[in-house]
Amino acid sequence: MVAGWFAGDGDDFTLLGTRCSACASVFFPREDGWCRNPGCAGGDLAEIPLSRRGRVWSYTDSRYRPPSPYVTDPELPWEPYTLIAVELAAERIVVLGQAVPGVTVADLAVGAEVEVVAGVLHEDGETVWTTWQWRPTGVTA
Amino acid sequence: MTGEVAVLGAGMHPWGKWGRGFVEYGVAAARAALADAGLEWRDVGSIVGADTVRGGYPGYVAGATFARALGWQGARVASVYAACASGAQAVAAARAQILAGLADVVLVVGADAAPKGFFRPAGGDRPDDPDWLRFRVLGATNPTYFGLYARRRMAVHGDTVEDFAQVKVKNSALGALNPYARYRKRVSADEVAASAVVADPLRLLDICATSDGGAALVLSSLEFARRRGVTEPVRIRAVSTVTPTYPNTVLDLPDIATDSAAAAEPATETFRASIARAAYEEAGVGPEDLSLAEVYDLSTALELQWYEDLGLCGEGEGAKLLREGATAPGGRIPVNMSGGLASFGEAVPAQAIAQVCELTWQLRGEAGDRQVEHARVGITANQGLFGHGSAVIAVR
Repeated sequence: MVAGWFAGDGDDFTLLGTRCSACASVFFPREDGWCRNPGCAGGDLAEIPLSRRGRVWSYTDSRYRPPSPYVTDPELPWEPYTLIAVELAAERIVVLGQAVPGVTVADLAVGAEVEVVAGVLHEDGETVWTTWQWRPTGVTA
Repeated sequence: MTGEVAVLGAGMHPWGKWGRGFVEYGVAAARAALADAGLEWRDVGSIVGADTVRGGYPGYVAGATFARALGWQGARVASVYAACASGAQAVAAARAQILAGLADVVLVVGADAAPKGFFRPAGGDRPDDPDWLRFRVLGATNPTYFGLYARRRMAVHGDTVEDFAQVKVKNSALGALNPYARYRKRVSADEVAASAVVADPLRLLDICATSDGGAALVLSSLEFARRRGVTEPVRIRAVSTVTPTYPNTVLDLPDIATDSAAAAEPATETFRASIARAAYEEAGVGPEDLSLAEVYDLSTALELQWYEDLGLCGEGEGAKLLREGATAPGGRIPVNMSGGLASFGEAVPAQAIAQVCELTWQLRGEAGDRQVEHARVGITANQGLFGHGSAVIAVR
């Protein structure tokens, strides 16, 4: 669904962005067309892994079922999930993602450390749709 | 500064969930604005429509659709799409035509029949659309972004959910006085606290609804207004339509991430603050000159953010300004005297136009029980998806 946004397994799982060879601007989701820094004449864009750990910029949850194209099973009761916006210090970027299942807003605080892990967005009979998720560090469940 | 244009007429269709088509709301608003201006539709040289998404074709239909409904009379036509900023961009297009001498009188119309529940992107698999991606990959609805902003304010500035609720209390009391508002019942802080959480920490009554509605303006050159005997019209002195500055480091709807500041330092002011600054510079006024402001209170917490972005108070002082009563009727700078989105709900192409309607009535002294005494200068502010800024300054 979103090719090349992340790669790897376990401790090697990372988000993938791109970086401009001329001005070192970083892009996520990856920008493969052109550098968007207006002060840059433009350079080649190379794929880079993003930092695996960052700090919570803010967080919230979704107590009501989101509309399509989010995929949920309307037959099942809605289980709220948590969204975390995470600041990555080296890249100076904030990246939004779902928290791993089971992490609620009560488990979070602005400034707390989280790390990126592989997760499942949803699965059907034919496909498992993988994604990235944020997990508070020190939590291994 | 640029030249000014006159607001000869303002009109609305009452907002609600009426279950009818957007053309009906737009035509009713347009006819009301024309009547208010004392003009016939045939007197109008140009019509600008703020676009409505209809059948998956955003943008192609609004201006000409309203012109057809009013009766083809050969007017110049334009249609603009800028998400929530569509109405302000329609005003900007109309103003540019008047100042360029392309038209003496321009009718600006925005109307919508909004879907029930969450806004969602158009159908189909469209991974090249950031709006589609945030729903598909994250299930990130508009309220989840409002929740992120609200939680961030609590952590950084010490705002409380009780502060947020007081915004609803204020705006609902004003909406109760506005015959065009959808919600006309005063809401208590207890009622906000008792409503269901939508996106932590925000509750149902912290978040604006989706609504049907329509709003229209008749704009003209100052010379045309004088010829019509309108010697002291409400005048539009600035229309800000700025884009952000790279790197935009505040997570914005509908993006999954911010720009990176790794290679370029961010500007000292945020995108929202730059929207207001551009309007102030163009109008030659500052926040200290304002009599009132109409801001996009998509959530209660976001209204507090606008106080700071408009320069009504310093960064982090929005809740303090509210607690002091400065933004309430009779305060130093009343905000959302119309009742705001809290009382209207969102009818996307109409809302920025409706904000200017409220300024017009206030500056004329025709706002009835909501009237701000001696109103001379007003600002509107909103922000459209995908980097569309919008603010209008009107004076009398």
